[in-house]
Amino acid sequence: MSEFELDSHAPKGPLQDRWKQHKYNSRVVSPANRKKYTVIVVGTGLAGASASASLGEMGFNVKTFCFQDSPRRAHSIAAQGGINAAKNYQNDGDSVWRLFYDTIKGGDFRARESNVFRLAELSTAIIDQAVAQGVPFAREYSGYLANRSFGGAQVSRTFYARGQTGQQLLLGAYQAMSRQIAEGTITHQSRCEMQELIMDGDRAVGIITRDLVTGELESHIADCVVLCTGGYSNAFYLSTNAKGCNTSAIWRAHKKGALFANPCFTQIHPTCIPQHGELQSKLTLMSESLRNDGRVWAPKNKADCDKRPEDIPEQDRDYFLERMYPSFGNLVPRDIASRAVKLICDEGRGVGFEIEGKKLGVYLDFAQAIKKQGFDAVEEKYGNLFEMYQRITAENPYETPMRIYPAVHYTMGGLWVDYNLMTTIDGLFAGGEANFSDHGANRLGASALMQGLADGYFILPTTVADFLAKHKPVKAENYSMQIDEAMSSAKSRIDSLMNAPEPSVTPDEFHRQLGQILWHACGMARTKSSLEKAINEIQTLREQFWRKVKISGSEGGLNQTLERAGRVADFFELTELMCIDALDREESCGCHAREEHLTEEGEAKRNDMDYSYVAAWQYSGDISHPTLYREYLHFDFVRPSIRNYQ
Amino acid sequence: MIFKLNIWRQSGPDKKGDFETYEIEASEDSSFLEMMDALNEKLILQGDDPIAFDFDCREGICGSCNLVINGTPHGKQRATTTCQQYMRDYKDEKELWIEPWRATAFPIIKDLIVDRSAFDRIIQAGGYIPIRTGSACEANTLPIDKQVADDAFDAATCIGCGACVAVCPNASATLFVAAKISHLSVLPQGGMDKQRPAKLLKAMEHEGFGSCSNYRECESVCPKEIKVSAITTMNRLLYQNR
Repeated sequence: MSEFELDSHAPKGPLQDRWKQHKYNSRVVSPANRKKYTVIVVGTGLAGASASASLGEMGFNVKTFCFQDSPRRAHSIAAQGGINAAKNYQNDGDSVWRLFYDTIKGGDFRARESNVFRLAELSTAIIDQAVAQGVPFAREYSGYLANRSFGGAQVSRTFYARGQTGQQLLLGAYQAMSRQIAEGTITHQSRCEMQELIMDGDRAVGIITRDLVTGELESHIADCVVLCTGGYSNAFYLSTNAKGCNTSAIWRAHKKGALFANPCFTQIHPTCIPQHGELQSKLTLMSESLRNDGRVWAPKNKADCDKRPEDIPEQDRDYFLERMYPSFGNLVPRDIASRAVKLICDEGRGVGFEIEGKKLGVYLDFAQAIKKQGFDAVEEKYGNLFEMYQRITAENPYETPMRIYPAVHYTMGGLWVDYNLMTTIDGLFAGGEANFSDHGANRLGASALMQGLADGYFILPTTVADFLAKHKPVKAENYSMQIDEAMSSAKSRIDSLMNAPEPSVTPDEFHRQLGQILWHACGMARTKSSLEKAINEIQTLREQFWRKVKISGSEGGLNQTLERAGRVADFFELTELMCIDALDREESCGCHAREEHLTEEGEAKRNDMDYSYVAAWQYSGDISHPTLYREYLHFDFVRPSIRNYQ
Repeated sequence: MIFKLNIWRQSGPDKKGDFETYEIEASEDSSFLEMMDALNEKLILQGDDPIAFDFDCREGICGSCNLVINGTPHGKQRATTTCQQYMRDYKDEKELWIEPWRATAFPIIKDLIVDRSAFDRIIQAGGYIPIRTGSACEANTLPIDKQVADDAFDAATCIGCGACVAVCPNASATLFVAAKISHLSVLPQGGMDKQRPAKLLKAMEHEGFGSCSNYRECESVCPKEIKVSAITTMNRLLYQNR
């Protein structure tokens, strides 16, 4: 693989003109020629569905794929809290500049100014688009759109549809996509998973897929490929992600030459329902919006931890977020809140179930909100979340405080992309959570939906068209050799999985063990020695995986165990890169908290002198020895400051 | 707790299926699907084909999961998806019958997995607002009464799981269709397609779903509590726009 300079292709000039100017400089394909071009979109969540709908409307020939039984089930559907937009409907001083600044600061100054400004700028159009599509956002009695505030922000700029914002936005995009399927501009295949990227030299010209019902491998050639396949939180096994979320598509692209950026930047969400058992399959998030009215506390005295919370008097409660961060209180950003909760539990003041000898939970209390605002007001805002909590825990949060603990929720790392969202492979784009994002280290609440939709509705349609305008339409018959090559590597991977020499351990069992290693070494806190140890453990376990993985049934039909094994195999490689990246970044930054780099008060200590860059890793042919490229970040409009929420 | 499970096994769409019996020990805190996972782990280790079933988010919102448990789609807890049923709910029932959705329009793919793509094709027939990306006006240009928005939201919460079809003696998808129509008929651009009810109902019939005979079973099993009043709304729009 070749050496190269990482060029973000970020435009120059005043920030507010960059995207406008870039759009003007982008080429367009004339309407009559658009149907001659085929675009493959893998993954049809918020980013993928909105991109394919928009490209279809423009007249391109779009082929979409998802592993679920319908695009409407993509994991974007589970996002609860809301979507940010700088509308300033509340007259509280919000603006595109403020959203830009909050976002870049929330990302601990590890993102590009140009990209983040564009995101803030496009946010307002996303709301217009969604409302026009019939997304039922919450309204004031006046009939105008309602807003609420969210972690990390001091203005009210979050639009929401009860606790189901992701679902409603996804349905909007899915419906727009459905319309294009009926029009014939989109051909969609559900229950279908990408296996390989088809390469013509340095350029992506298609994909190999496996039909998950018949087991058949198929090839698809296109003028460019867009990966909108989501994040890789499931590397940890227990996460808030849907069970099917995986890294396979982006990982296989990585092994074909796409650089993987900031893999260690994982967002840990503070308000999840604590784990209760060993064989638990997933963790459930409680929307961050709960922190608007819920007060987080733990008993002051260890002796009180086993008591019922109602029996602990006010003076024996430690409202630690309000104590530690008086100006943001319970609304501090996610990484700050998560680490504070961990700190309390590490001190032995946690409550609830004991996992490996530690009680991992703190209270999120609504008693005061119910007293002040009334039962009905609280129910109106959070009713469905309270029901969900009660379903899972069999406790009534109207009567007793919820218990929460942080869990892996979102990944900011992903394929490195330039300003056009193109990876380092020519003709391969990545949108939404699959790319390394505009945020860098840590996302703020309600900004993930914004990024997925900005990429899909507005950015990719421009930049994909620009790419196509520069190339003649490809002819499928020219690529039989390339197809054969990709097909045979997909086949041989499946063969190795089906025919391990000593089949005796299920893919899930391996995944659980891998997840444990990663959570302890590369979770909320990281150290040099724990990361080095984890790398060794991952290597050993990976070797065992290929020797002992046991898959029953056949490869020639629907086989969910085989699907899972393929994804776990990719997690085994990615997790090592996550640890390598975490080891390399000798600073604390956003959710990446290196214990060697904390202040005396235990706050994260960033090192801008040495680490103000995007770490982009190239596959060298040896998983354990990737090559690091650095994209240095320049700040012309904001001055990196210490993130202080006190 | 030890459960006796009678599970529908069917190796493919054209194969004959039957119940097979298994025994499993499960803790009360485990979810229904975690119990199924545990059973599958055992089957894999024995070299048997594990039971195929659909799931994804496991937090009650994606609509993938779809088991009929002791005769009820999504099991005994009302307003709850299969993935949010917990074994403590079944403390007093030691024998469980687990089946797939049964409807002609939802052919069985394997074991407990059915093909629900008919729902996607119904939406493709007109279950959307015909507006292009980038052509929307400023969002607050058209205020919507809070009550209207709330009602639209109630209908919009449909997750397309198909329980309404599975429970209906006619295997009708009317509640699913009506929910989409009720949602889109009142929002700003809702008036843009007056033929939507007719188009969606035609598509529904074409897919092989039955029609509504007011059994109202759909309402009782809907995990999102979509009301049959949505069907009234749909019928009114259908005749108003003839």
